[in-house]
Amino acid sequence: MSTRASTLTGRIMSAPSIIVLFLWMAVPLGMTIYFSFLRYNLLSPGMEEWIGTLNYEFFLTDPAFFASLTNTLLLVGSVLVITVVGGILLGLMLDQPIFGRGILRLLVIAPFFIMPTVNALVWKNLLMDPVSGMFAWLASLLGLPAIDWFTNIPLTSIIIMVSWQWLPFAVLILLTALQSLDRDQKEAAQMDGAGPVSIFFYITLPHLSRAITVVVLIETIFLLTVFAEIFVTTGGGPGLATTNIAFLVYTQALLQYDVGGASAGGIVAVILANIVAIFLIRLIGKNLDN
Amino acid sequence: MGAIRLEKVKKTFGTLDVIPGVDLEINDGEFVVFVGPSGCGKSTLLRLIAGLEDVTDGKILIDGTDVANEAPAKRGLSMVFQSYALYPHMTVYNNIAFGLKMAGESKEVINEKVQSAAKILNLTDYLERRPGALSGGQRQRVAIGRAIVRNPAAFLFDEPLSNLDAALRVNMRLEITGLHQELKTTMIYVTHDQVEAMTMADKIVVLQAGRVEQVGKPMDLYSKPANKFVAGFIGSPKMNFLGGELAAKHTCHEIGVRPEHLAVSTESGEIAATVKIAEHLGAETYLHVVADEYGPMTVRATGEVPLGEHDKIFLTPEPDRIHRFDAQGLAVAAS
Repeated sequence: MSTRASTLTGRIMSAPSIIVLFLWMAVPLGMTIYFSFLRYNLLSPGMEEWIGTLNYEFFLTDPAFFASLTNTLLLVGSVLVITVVGGILLGLMLDQPIFGRGILRLLVIAPFFIMPTVNALVWKNLLMDPVSGMFAWLASLLGLPAIDWFTNIPLTSIIIMVSWQWLPFAVLILLTALQSLDRDQKEAAQMDGAGPVSIFFYITLPHLSRAITVVVLIETIFLLTVFAEIFVTTGGGPGLATTNIAFLVYTQALLQYDVGGASAGGIVAVILANIVAIFLIRLIGKNLDN
Repeated sequence: MGAIRLEKVKKTFGTLDVIPGVDLEINDGEFVVFVGPSGCGKSTLLRLIAGLEDVTDGKILIDGTDVANEAPAKRGLSMVFQSYALYPHMTVYNNIAFGLKMAGESKEVINEKVQSAAKILNLTDYLERRPGALSGGQRQRVAIGRAIVRNPAAFLFDEPLSNLDAALRVNMRLEITGLHQELKTTMIYVTHDQVEAMTMADKIVVLQAGRVEQVGKPMDLYSKPANKFVAGFIGSPKMNFLGGELAAKHTCHEIGVRPEHLAVSTESGEIAATVKIAEHLGAETYLHVVADEYGPMTVRATGEVPLGEHDKIFLTPEPDRIHRFDAQGLAVAAS
């Protein structure tokens, strides 16, 4: 892109896709914003009218909103901690020349290829079922009472399932980063008298900072919108125990047919996601520089 | 103190004998250079001494104590890596201080030692920078600084200059030699560049295929190579090896003559040859010639020589500079 003509050509050539992408984003967003200011319920068609910010008032003052906001943050935070810490530990293990490393790596990556609904069904019916699940069987072997996962610790169960789903992603990114660590650096640290623990904290962890940032940012985007796992297992319950923002918007729109209220909820979710994003970029985005 | 002694040091990788058994004596304060072609095991030998590889068999004695099974840090050695291996996320100060910090030194002691090392190496203005913001020569100095502060029994250098450009390499060579004169600490230096070996070493160890071919002072290796390999490896351009009639005349299998020990004449001489390429460097001229009976040879003539392609010349070896080798390539003493 050295001459003015080639710059101009480049802009003209890329314009169609940029315009389509922009419309793709702007039209649904605009419509959602518009709907969020209407009384718009599918049970009373043809009665749409402008009601200003009333939908927002209802959504934000709904006790379910704060419950689901807390759930969302708990879910995102816990899964991030579990996947990053677990990812580093598994990555370190898979980086060693251990027996059966190839197969082990494949097995660790496998959960990522399973779609969330299937993942949820497997956990719900095969593992966590209090009667016929494997965990119940294991507990009975030890003479312990079976845990009714989705009744007694529903959010924890969801966190376990989602972590299992996202751990491979973290391992994949962190393992690649570990493999790019210069062996000379570790040896130099060894010569400097650093033990394995010091090498991990002074050499390996700083080296991983950028990869950890990538994992946190990308996972956050997806974890804010976890839906299938909740829908398939708990349906947001018991009560509101596992309802996150995404699920709350769903109940608003498709269980109560309140399109206006759901749109307001959607916009609130967008704003929340942006707040989280700004917070994260401020906090750890500097790791991506250079 | 830093006297190092290797006794029958052996290293095998699987079934591959990298080092079949090396005995070597390094005196305290000596500058020893391991030199050899790539893959000769010189870096492996250095890593064995450093403790970054386990010896398969044999002893490594530092000041009389066998350290063959000690951890690298316990051996009291410092190493400068080819890639420098600086810690990229730490400042120059912290890079140099890291070893001291690991040794549990107090902040004041660390600061004092880092500052004095930085002063020796002209790094005082760069202490707050990260390695990424330094030039190649400065990174090299940081790596050396990191080695100095630990006050080691010996320094180990693993091809430290091979990532630098030619001009800087000459500078750093002088700096390292100067450093050795100042610190008087034992240094072991690995290189494949025989010019570095010749200019820096007190003692050169020539290695090939994991075996020590010859150990000696630079000029001893140059004037009395023990075998054909050392003769060909030390000295640039390479020694010419001639068989046939000339060798028979000197009652041996082959003779070796260095390019600088051949007299050039356009009228008469022992070897008739034709010039292929003449490289005029000003102070000297390299003539790549093809001798009628012996094939390609290199001649190094001092000053400007008015010769070019297709010129017929005659070469005469200086009689007392002829090296004689037997059929096994071992040097034969003058008869």
